[in-house]
Amino acid sequence: MSSTFDQVASIIAETCDIPRDTITPDSHAIDDLGIDSLDFLDIAFAIDKAFGIKLPLEKWTQEVNDGKATTEQYFVLKNLCARIDELVAAKGASA
Amino acid sequence: MQIEYFQLIDRVLDLNLDGKTITVEAQVPKTSTIFEGHFPGYPIMPGVLLIEAMAQTSGWLLLAAMKFERMALLAAVKEAKIRGSVMPGEMLTIDASIAHEGSGYAITEAKIRVGGKLRCNSTLMLSHFPFPNSDLRGHMDAVARRIGFPQQALQP
Repeated sequence: MSSTFDQVASIIAETCDIPRDTITPDSHAIDDLGIDSLDFLDIAFAIDKAFGIKLPLEKWTQEVNDGKATTEQYFVLKNLCARIDELVAAKGASA
Repeated sequence: MQIEYFQLIDRVLDLNLDGKTITVEAQVPKTSTIFEGHFPGYPIMPGVLLIEAMAQTSGWLLLAAMKFERMALLAAVKEAKIRGSVMPGEMLTIDASIAHEGSGYAITEAKIRVGGKLRCNSTLMLSHFPFPNSDLRGHMDAVARRIGFPQQALQP
């Protein structure tokens, strides 16, 4: 079974036509990979489907806009994958 | 259909919020300046307007699902097939359903039928956000009443 990062990197590569080998756990989705908000919606849709979760993009964006969080916390891929793992675990706990 | 104003939906025939589906009707006008150019001697409804009609149907469904507290806009056309031409004067029956509800966006599936026969189908992404001002909210409420939205869908 592939890791969360492998799945997310494959989704990004396929959705945004970015070479897979340029995507690392330390890549920032926006600053390093140049993913814009519309492409990120496509990525969120693919992640939602692949992991059976609902990425709380609006909440994250609001926290960043309010200065309560940095973009790195949510959009550096290793951190994004940690959030995904938390959401999957929370879903499993509530099932 | 007020085609020049991009107000394409005439009537809500059915709204099922449990099933996340909507069915609407839209009467293509017999005459319009659009048909004078598209095309001279062979007037047909432009494909982009058929996609817009499916997007508007999807948007009304999302507005109802979100209790008219948020506005929805077309963000991406994931797939669209124009299977047959739509002529001036034809009555469209448009169905839409919510295929996925994300955070700030939704994926919908929509179909246009004429006389029961499928003419177009699409998979659309719409983004949604709180109404930016009371003018737009008031306008959408007024249009919703005009096209016969079920009253319970208009309650906060």
